[in-house]
Amino acid sequence: MSAKVNPDQLRFPPGSTLLVIGSGPIIIGQACEFDYSGTQACKALKELGYRVVLINSNPATIMTDEELADATYVEPLTVEAARQVIAREKPVAVLPTVGGQVGLNLALALHEQGVLEEHGCMLIGADPEAIELAEDRKLFRDAMVEIGIGVAESDVATTLEEAEALLDKVGLPAIIRPAFTLGGAGGGIAWNREEFRAIVTEGLRLSPVTQVLVETSLLGWKEFELEVIRDTADNVIVICSIENFDPMGIHTGDSITVAPALTLTDRELQNLRDQAIRIIRRVGVETGGSNVQFAVNPANVPEGRHEVVLRLRDESGATSTATSGGRLTFDRTAPNGQAAPEGRIIVAEGDSELADLQCDAGSVTEANFYPLFEAKEAAGQPWCPATQSWGTPCN
Amino acid sequence: MGAIFLLEDGRRFEGEAFGARTSRVGEAVFNTAMTGYQEVLTDPSYAEQVVTMTAPHIGNTGVNSDDPESERVWPAGFIVRSLSRSPSSWRSEGSLHHYLRDAGVPGMQGIDTRALVRHLRDKGAMKCVISTDGTPEAELMEQLKAYPGMVGRNLAAAVSCTEAWVAADPAEPVARFAVVDGGCKKNILRLLEGAGCYVRVHPISDPAEAWLEGVDAVLVSNGPGDPAAVDGVTSELAKVVGKVPLVGICLGHQLIARTLGATTYKLPFGHRGGNQPVRDERTGRVQITSQNHGFAVDRASLEALGAEVTHTHLNDGSVSGFRTADVFAVQYHPEASPGPHDGSVLIDEFVEMAKGGAK
Repeated sequence: MSAKVNPDQLRFPPGSTLLVIGSGPIIIGQACEFDYSGTQACKALKELGYRVVLINSNPATIMTDEELADATYVEPLTVEAARQVIAREKPVAVLPTVGGQVGLNLALALHEQGVLEEHGCMLIGADPEAIELAEDRKLFRDAMVEIGIGVAESDVATTLEEAEALLDKVGLPAIIRPAFTLGGAGGGIAWNREEFRAIVTEGLRLSPVTQVLVETSLLGWKEFELEVIRDTADNVIVICSIENFDPMGIHTGDSITVAPALTLTDRELQNLRDQAIRIIRRVGVETGGSNVQFAVNPANVPEGRHEVVLRLRDESGATSTATSGGRLTFDRTAPNGQAAPEGRIIVAEGDSELADLQCDAGSVTEANFYPLFEAKEAAGQPWCPATQSWGTPCN
Repeated sequence: MGAIFLLEDGRRFEGEAFGARTSRVGEAVFNTAMTGYQEVLTDPSYAEQVVTMTAPHIGNTGVNSDDPESERVWPAGFIVRSLSRSPSSWRSEGSLHHYLRDAGVPGMQGIDTRALVRHLRDKGAMKCVISTDGTPEAELMEQLKAYPGMVGRNLAAAVSCTEAWVAADPAEPVARFAVVDGGCKKNILRLLEGAGCYVRVHPISDPAEAWLEGVDAVLVSNGPGDPAAVDGVTSELAKVVGKVPLVGICLGHQLIARTLGATTYKLPFGHRGGNQPVRDERTGRVQITSQNHGFAVDRASLEALGAEVTHTHLNDGSVSGFRTADVFAVQYHPEASPGPHDGSVLIDEFVEMAKGGAK
């Protein structure tokens, strides 16, 4: 273990059992990055001296390899299955933030149904309030307005009639986002009233809480993401900025992302950084990483009036594997001129502070060093000339 | 035409020219900021330096008239991995290439900036020459050898304003500051103004009596070069200590330390960039700060004076800030620009100190 973690600083005694929730099947919005984050979390927690129990319904993942967790349950990611695992393994805590939406939803359900309380098991990484705030679009929107973050005109509706009434305020085209669905399933852009009614009806049906958010379209705006980590001393660092190659309106999963963001001036980037830090504090992500997304109007927006919309998820793509107990990997993250932090930043569990940790890169750089890029990294779908399509593996 | 970059120790780089066609000598340094190249270029602390950016793409957001930190471009040369010729920013008013050309500053791109930065990191900042006008190499080496370098050079006096001027004059100022300009960045003045202060800027060569006239505190700004060479100023600063609070940033931090009797030394390759972690020893909190300095204050010499080291640089443990009853100074840039805004709380502390008056 290259992280300098003093056992006294750990939240639980060494040998304590922790339950990690995996992300289940690989589907859009819930892809292999969560296998990655779950795997890294298992490794990091074991290195800290804990006994790791994993539940995941998908055996075709790295995290379910035998040597990773101390005990692996390939079971459905349901409250019932998780209840039995918890009853049998008696974990002191559940880590829900490395299993994507599935992990968060399951953790929330376990909390609501009293399973965690019954077995004296706590949630680490994010508390139920934070999960709810980051996932419930209305709560989130209200919280953002409260701390002065610009958001797109929007409101929630629980019936088609309510939704139609919102159209006067929002206008067409309008974005419809069902609450608590995987990868935004059931959402879409309506260009006319007919499409609007169809998408809202379907969205209400798919949403487990029968709720959709109707929002002004930001099609064509620049799309940025910041990966943010907070520790228990309330230190916050921005791990990296990411820019979407395609503008708003093209799903990130269909697009190319580039890190770092390339077309922001320092004034604009620092503005987004300040906002991201305010957001992570307001949402209350206790320890660990979050992905904050911003839309920035590429047209002539006056300084200080960035119109910004964002979503915050306790989990996110490839870079936010550094949730509590997880790690963040930066292939080719650059030297900042003073150390060679190629490799990983470890953010350890619970009560550790970033300043107490060191980069898992054999360097003297501390974990609260602020990674910089001297190379740019792009991720996206490969184009296959043979099949003339994106995303198909080519051999 | 090609560009040539020669270092004092014989290392040589070839690349493509942009900006002005000329040859300039200076000190070779690097900066790790990923954004804010226009702020870097207009920071007087970079006078006589050839700055290499570690970020690979520079010029992406063009240049505009809002971001400069002073009235001109200061570095002797600018080296980037890849120059963007098609800016993407609604605030862009022109390209970096034309900006440097008009400023008479040579640029060079298409070189392995990683190799150059590693070299400087291993060997330290050194004298160099950059040429984009086809001057023969033998002649360039002669120029390089004739260049005196940074040590012992009072550059702050050369970049300072020539007469006092009022930067902010609110109706009911919360505090009144005199800023001693050793190469002051505009954002220091903007932040003081934003905090509701009266701000008057003075040449660094002014006598202390002029600084002190009707103010609650004196702030010594950032600036270029070797603090030991600006020593004439310390006898004037000594007259301020105890009369009104004396605060400082970067070069100002070093000058105040020397005034109290502490010593300064040259860092191997300096701290330049927007990613410098600093711990506030009073709270344990870490700030990610903007820094730009090649010299530092010796910790032991400060502690021997009974000063409290309030801030520590976490990469190498060097002093990032100190305080006594009468003075407070930080080595980093609370005004950022470019860089994260974590340090801006320091400006509030300065203002509070000014309100409190001399102890």
